[in-house]
Amino acid sequence: MELMDFIVTALLFGGTFFFTTATLGLLRFPDLFTRLHATGKGDTLGVGLILTGLVIYLGLSPITLKIIIIMTFILLTSPVGTHCICRAVYNQGIKPWKRR
Amino acid sequence: MIDMHDIFNLIILILVLNVFLCIYRALMGPRAWDRVIAINVIGTKTIVIVILIGILYDSLYFVDVALVYALFNFILTVALSKYIEFGTL
Repeated sequence: MELMDFIVTALLFGGTFFFTTATLGLLRFPDLFTRLHATGKGDTLGVGLILTGLVIYLGLSPITLKIIIIMTFILLTSPVGTHCICRAVYNQGIKPWKRR
Repeated sequence: MIDMHDIFNLIILILVLNVFLCIYRALMGPRAWDRVIAINVIGTKTIVIVILIGILYDSLYFVDVALVYALFNFILTVALSKYIEFGTL
């Protein structure tokens, strides 16, 4: 039981670390494409880690099934949303940022 | 002895602080699409916060709310990107 609590805590703090990294990238990066590069991957991995920790904490129940459904849905749709925004802005004629 | 609920409270606190930092980008974003990605990130964090609050209060119907919120978040992102690309819905 103690080992399971330790694993759940490690997964939760790992997910929170990736969320914080995504927020930092959203605040500090100079361009839309670099911001999407930070948030698209960081959010997906953060949700995956935190919800995996909650599934291990709750054990086997119908609620766990719903949480797994939410996790699969976000893992499928977060890259799709990122790609949609990126393609829309790129078709506007916005060039990616370059270091001068 | 640290209870697991204390750890859930700490995680919720850190995520809410992250949401406030994202609100800065949503308010001050130079262009419209910066606000769109800020809102997308806030929505993803909100899903996790709602599930954690549901486990904290032993009221597990919150998971259904989070599922509906995930659907709304995806539809919002796709609709806003289509509006940016074509100028109309």
